Amino acid sequence: MLTPADIKIIKELQKGLPLVGRPYLQIAENIGLSEEEVLARIKNLKNRGMIRRIAGSVRHRKLGFSANAMVVWIVPEADLARVGKLFAGNEQVSHCYERETNDKWKYNLYTMIHGGSREECFEISHNMAEASGVMEYKLLFSTKEFKKTSMKYFE
Amino acid sequence: MEIDQLDREIINLIQLDIPLEPEPYKALAKKLGITEKEILSKLERLINLGAIRRLGGIFDSRKLGYTGTLCGVKAPPEKIEVTAEVINSFSGVTHNYLRDHEYNIWFTLLAKSKDEIEQVLSKIKHRTGIEDIINLPSTRLYKIKVNFNVEEK
Repeated sequence: MLTPADIKIIKELQKGLPLVGRPYLQIAENIGLSEEEVLARIKNLKNRGMIRRIAGSVRHRKLGFSANAMVVWIVPEADLARVGKLFAGNEQVSHCYERETNDKWKYNLYTMIHGGSREECFEISHNMAEASGVMEYKLLFSTKEFKKTSMKYFE
Repeated sequence: MEIDQLDREIINLIQLDIPLEPEPYKALAKKLGITEKEILSKLERLINLGAIRRLGGIFDSRKLGYTGTLCGVKAPPEKIEVTAEVINSFSGVTHNYLRDHEYNIWFTLLAKSKDEIEQVLSKIKHRTGIEDIINLPSTRLYKIKVNFNVEEK
């Protein structure tokens, strides 16, 4: 269960951690709690897995990872767990998900890969295919970012 | 973008974890052998430059009671921009990209329930006149990477 105080803290943390010497104190003052209580509640939310961590998010496009591909794979059902774990272990894979399929779309495993160029992405996915034995795959390069934002929960 | 070696170290460190203690920036500065004042001004600059999008909480949306999906849209080329705008107008849409495929617009959507996801999708269909949207909820998560290692080029 999330208490009203927890929800206030979550909302503050999605606004962002203030860039001041004692950021948790500033959050505490914003919502009328003590710094100690804010820290204790964040630790508790972290232990319960609701907060993964407090950290910075980068714009990887601005940092030289200019080619980003969503690589979609058709993996036989019985092989999914093995291949999913194998891909997850790859340094160049940032996200790996299994997803539902439908009549129009048969790809069931998804990996996001990031490289300095398209060629690099082709090479990475080729190596993943070789290593896994999954040969039915496709690269969908992103050519424009329409939106990238953090979710505003409880609004 | 002008980024020096110290900036790179800060970016690599800040993505991993900001400590839960009263003076977290001082603790990070100490790790890097710089002062708290220096790290705060560096972070402010990296945020203004857009290299760092935000500092804050990274949440597990499922554990907060949300459900998520990935959708692909087959938009006619002349309708791409307006379709992307309609999609972006929903607050549960956190990522939206143009991709070079016949399904050319791909977005992620978070909502409180599967029903709410269906409602958003029918609104998008209604407002864009596009019927061909595939809804691909995740069934298993293998990895969400925490950090991009920025190295000297």
